[in-house]
Amino acid sequence: MTLPDDPALVRVLAADGSFAPSPAAEPYLEVIDALADADLEQFYRDMAVSRAFDRQATNLQRQGQLALWPPSFGQEAAQVGSARAARGQDHIFPSYREHVVCTIRGVDPVDIIRMMRGLTHGGWDPADPANGNTRPYTLVLGSHTLHATGFGMGLVFDGRTATGDAAVDEAVMVYYGDGASSQGDVHEAMVFAASYRVPQVFFLQNNQWAISVPVATQSRTPLHLRAAGYMPSVLVDGNDVLASYAVTKVALDEARSGAGPRAIEAMTYRMGAHTTSDDPTKYRTSDEEEGWSARDPLVRMRAFLTARGASEALFADVDAEAEALADDVRTRTNALGTIPAESMFAHVYSDPHPLVTEQRAWLAAYEASFEEGAS
Amino acid sequence: MTATTTMPLGRALNAGLRAALAADDHVLLMGEDIGRLGGVFRVTEGLQAEFGDRRVLDTPLAESGIVGTAIGLAMAGFRPVIEIQFDGFVFPAFDQITTQLAKLTNRYEGALQMPVVIRIPYGGHIGAVEHHQESPEAYFAHTPGLRVVAPSTANDAYWMIQDAIASPDPVIFLEPKAKYWAKGEVDMSARAVPLHSSRVVRRGTDVTLVGHGAMVTALLQAAAIAEGEGTSCEVIDLRSLSPVDYAPILDSVRRTGRMVYAQEAPGFASVGSEVAATVMERAFYALEAPVLRVSGFDVPFPPAKLEGVYLPDADRILEAVDRVLAH
Repeated sequence: MTLPDDPALVRVLAADGSFAPSPAAEPYLEVIDALADADLEQFYRDMAVSRAFDRQATNLQRQGQLALWPPSFGQEAAQVGSARAARGQDHIFPSYREHVVCTIRGVDPVDIIRMMRGLTHGGWDPADPANGNTRPYTLVLGSHTLHATGFGMGLVFDGRTATGDAAVDEAVMVYYGDGASSQGDVHEAMVFAASYRVPQVFFLQNNQWAISVPVATQSRTPLHLRAAGYMPSVLVDGNDVLASYAVTKVALDEARSGAGPRAIEAMTYRMGAHTTSDDPTKYRTSDEEEGWSARDPLVRMRAFLTARGASEALFADVDAEAEALADDVRTRTNALGTIPAESMFAHVYSDPHPLVTEQRAWLAAYEASFEEGAS
Repeated sequence: MTATTTMPLGRALNAGLRAALAADDHVLLMGEDIGRLGGVFRVTEGLQAEFGDRRVLDTPLAESGIVGTAIGLAMAGFRPVIEIQFDGFVFPAFDQITTQLAKLTNRYEGALQMPVVIRIPYGGHIGAVEHHQESPEAYFAHTPGLRVVAPSTANDAYWMIQDAIASPDPVIFLEPKAKYWAKGEVDMSARAVPLHSSRVVRRGTDVTLVGHGAMVTALLQAAAIAEGEGTSCEVIDLRSLSPVDYAPILDSVRRTGRMVYAQEAPGFASVGSEVAATVMERAFYALEAPVLRVSGFDVPFPPAKLEGVYLPDADRILEAVDRVLAH
């Protein structure tokens, strides 16, 4: 199990928001120096707006509008930092808690809502340029790490990467967690990624809990050290948006250069429940939760910006944007209708399949028989 | 020059794969030992030398990894053709096949096609150790989103593998390993029937015999013996296990009134069970006798010394023919 004071930890911002790079952060400082004030403000804005969206979605679930919601609360810095580090041509394979990543890449938050409301198993098309090459969620833990690796193999075979031009060379980034790190598919993905020198970053958000099971049950070895059998890895403070940004940017650019895959373990904390069906009071203490509240990624970044002289007007503007987004999500969620029964038959196969065609026709006739009976 | 050539089923597959690789540079072969060695059954022999190791991949030894990365390659515009080394080794990949490959087009609401072919040498008759002689087709036929086919002749092997690769949907391609060395005429000028059709391979009037894979040979042997005893059997090769082409089967049963299904797989919840149930639903009044199934027993595939007892053969099929004729 990784400890928060691990000497390998890359951290730039202390919990109080002061700029206090850890020794391991030294190689990344030039990446952070290159950031403009507008970038730093954008990072904070992303975190605050996505937290408001997450809170709204949780409320909508509580009010019966959604079947389920897996909150991203507490993991905003790891997600904003990594997502902002990805280039436009990169391909993102999220698990199912990456609401922050997906919305930064351009996915409409209501498309995520539609899935959790029971209107679709997917929600958006990664081929639509609006969605920033972001794949829909995968709910079987770790399965998508292999899809990301295979996609990256395709980039290698088609010469879409490692040309030496970082502005066009493509890479893939896959998100997974401490629980998924025990899945065989994750390890097989690392085997294939290393074997074919795939331009891939494995971004592990260690949020300390796989529903009710602590990370110590998944691994007695720090998770970032596991990667050593496959590829170089780095440990980062996932509640530090600047450090998360810097390590991801470096890892993605190394991967796209042809150097092979890279792994990142971002130490963070799931401040909310696993999902709205979960009750964390049954397995973890309030002391632990309070300890991590003191490391809240938003509080940390806001203190950093304030110390740099950011105006109150900035924070007021961010709060207004967050509130407007949350209101918009609520309005549009409440306006979502249902889906026609025949839609379940529409995309089982790309080419027609006689059994599905037959059953679709049968259901239509069956439903029509009730309408006739009513008239 | 005639386009018809005689070759074993395994070589016909090799020729079909070569044609697909030549026709589309995004067709890839992936699997364990398929490159330098040419596969443990030599089905891919010579193809890596001809097309290179970026087209014919000797992958790491991890079946879930092979199928999972093939899915990602399909997302990137490739058409991967996987070889699973033996039937019993498909199960490490079962999760990727059933929860991902079969469902992705549905999850993406049609915005993604999954043109992945999974070749599985399957079935008994080779006297091998555990996990090397199984018939797992029912798991896949039961899974919405997959197509499942099984050629039984060299000509079908040549055309069906190319049609499977051309399909925009995932295809489980079951190769009856007992037939790899069986020679047949291959007409390379044109396919005889579409991929998802069943086909009458022997005409008859008294009993309809249906089966798939290597069992088609046993059915034909049974029909030949029965003819000597005065019984005329029609034999139908199912070819496509999902979807099933019922028209030739129903047409036949309406003429004969009797049907026997033969398969190597355990009979409980099997493809033969499904075909029997559907024939009962759609041709009930034409039936003179219950539809019978001749299957492997509902036990794990036995040690090789007992495979001759376990596997249905012409005698067991004829025993069932006698029973349907007794009605």
